[in-house]
Amino acid sequence: MPETEEIVDVLSGLSLFADLSRPELEEVAHTFEEEWFTAGQRILRQGFKGSGFYVIIDGEASVSRDGSEIARISRGDFFGEISLLLGESPVADVTSNGSLHCLVLAGPALEEFLLAHSSVTYRMLQALARRVRVTNQWRS
Amino acid sequence: MAELNGKSCPPGDYPVVVIGSGPGGLQTSYSLARAGVRSAVLSSDEGPGGMFRQFPLFQRLITWTKIHSPAERGTRPYEWYDWNSLIGEDPKLRALVPEFMDGTSYFPARPEMESGLKEFTQRAAIEVRYGCRWEATRKDGDGFVVSTSDGEYSCKALVIAVGMTQPWKPSNIPGIELVPHYVDTKPAREYAGKRVLVVGKRNSGFEVADALLPWASQIVLASPRPARISVLVRSTAAARARYLQPYEDAVLGGGNIVLDAATERIDRTPEGRYRTQLKGTTKPGDFALETDDVIAATGFGTPLQDLPALGVKTFYQGRLPAQTPYWESASVPGVYFAGSITQGSIGLKKYGIPSNSAAVHGFRYNAMVLARHIAETRFGVAPERPMMAAKDVVPYLLSEATRAPELWNQQSYLARILTFDQGKGITDEGILPLAHFVDTAGPDGIAMAVETDAEGDIHPAVYIRRGGRVEEHALSSSPMLDHETAEHTGQLSSLLKSLIS
Repeated sequence: MPETEEIVDVLSGLSLFADLSRPELEEVAHTFEEEWFTAGQRILRQGFKGSGFYVIIDGEASVSRDGSEIARISRGDFFGEISLLLGESPVADVTSNGSLHCLVLAGPALEEFLLAHSSVTYRMLQALARRVRVTNQWRS
Repeated sequence: MAELNGKSCPPGDYPVVVIGSGPGGLQTSYSLARAGVRSAVLSSDEGPGGMFRQFPLFQRLITWTKIHSPAERGTRPYEWYDWNSLIGEDPKLRALVPEFMDGTSYFPARPEMESGLKEFTQRAAIEVRYGCRWEATRKDGDGFVVSTSDGEYSCKALVIAVGMTQPWKPSNIPGIELVPHYVDTKPAREYAGKRVLVVGKRNSGFEVADALLPWASQIVLASPRPARISVLVRSTAAARARYLQPYEDAVLGGGNIVLDAATERIDRTPEGRYRTQLKGTTKPGDFALETDDVIAATGFGTPLQDLPALGVKTFYQGRLPAQTPYWESASVPGVYFAGSITQGSIGLKKYGIPSNSAAVHGFRYNAMVLARHIAETRFGVAPERPMMAAKDVVPYLLSEATRAPELWNQQSYLARILTFDQGKGITDEGILPLAHFVDTAGPDGIAMAVETDAEGDIHPAVYIRRGGRVEEHALSSSPMLDHETAEHTGQLSSLLKSLIS
């Protein structure tokens, strides 16, 4: 991704925001903030309160629990929502593998954001449903 | 010697080159010198002060310096109340900005701030070469060569402290190039009787709107997302209370307008006015505004010159360099950042509240920590690390959580760190980046920070590293901001029981 690309153009290519109009995307682009992480930096910290909701726009990250990797996530994936929805501390670390470029929404702002953008909420539910299905298949 | 005629620091070989003579560059150079590392400060300006030689445009700062405060002027606790002075060790270098304030406001006027910085530079004899323009940068073995209008400087470590000072406009609004940026705003009286559109609802947008209130016939402030207000989101990055009069006017139906709308395009009319097309964001709707003036209060970027070509990675549309928790370029080791650019090193940003690294009261401490880090890692100068008796740990940490300016001004960002070693004892490691402590392996230890949570509750936050794992514990808050109570002593003592035997 070019370092100078407008965020609104990046957002329009992510499935989470696929149903938003251009002005809505502009608002989202100005509501989220950008963060950039070097290799090995932790973005979400297991057991630490006060984290945010992150959407990866470039790069890859590892999800690990008690030091063991449980998943890898990349562009378009999001994380941090479960602890915010439940009001609990994250139960996993998310650590960058190489440079990682994210959009972040402050935790306290997530509820209002999801209530105001129902199409994003619906897309998020779909993604969460896919995760639940994978987990159930693994269990059976 | 610091000489205002620009004759100090001739081209040559220096341990460190610092580019920029604003507060970030000056604090870094001073603190490096205290650690025994010489630096050459290069500045294209004709005197010290950086952005405060010109900004804020409408005269007063938004960061306070309280001439009267609960702490005695010149002491370390006083720094909490004086957000603008640089930090020197010698008493004659402390709390210099209030010396120049006339007392009519607790926000210094721009010239008062500039005088304070100038005085610090002179009294501390910081070596600055003025009128020296940074032109190009190249790697040379382990170090760097900086080409300037005065010749070449080589150094082992390069500190960029040029400020987030480059006017920036988004690239996707046709016609935005037709309108002046905030930095080119005319004197307020020239907007008398005019209808003005201000694109942007951050501090520069509100600053301009506030200044034009007595003059403009109508002001419309527009940007895609709703205005964020500092007292609601608990961050100096949001619009400051001092600039909120235009917002109150709009909310009370006073005639000025605050719009949540994306600017689609801007055109000139045959009469020389501006026609701006906007689309509502939080509420749908099309707007076509005809105004006498448009001001793009769209923010700033960092004038990084050729550093991206050298491999310095950036983000935020190229406006900030990507940095480690120690403000080193994430991609080119040996290049460091000081001053407002250090807001690119995000830290924990708990509850979404950013550090104060964009302002002097935050970044002056980053610069002190950075100087110590460069001295130790690049030049082998180990800082003093006092040992501490076990009985002193709890009162010391609670005292820090109650009055350490670094912890209060850089919440959840800088922390007091102690390490524990069975054989050696307890060591005071100093004030360090919290992100570094919680994310890197190291000896058992504790970090004391101050944080504000989602409810606005300010409290001490304790991070304990044991066997390589870090746990977080929040202590109680105190309505009077006193964290030295019996309750806090009990809480911290029980947390530390297993570390202090």
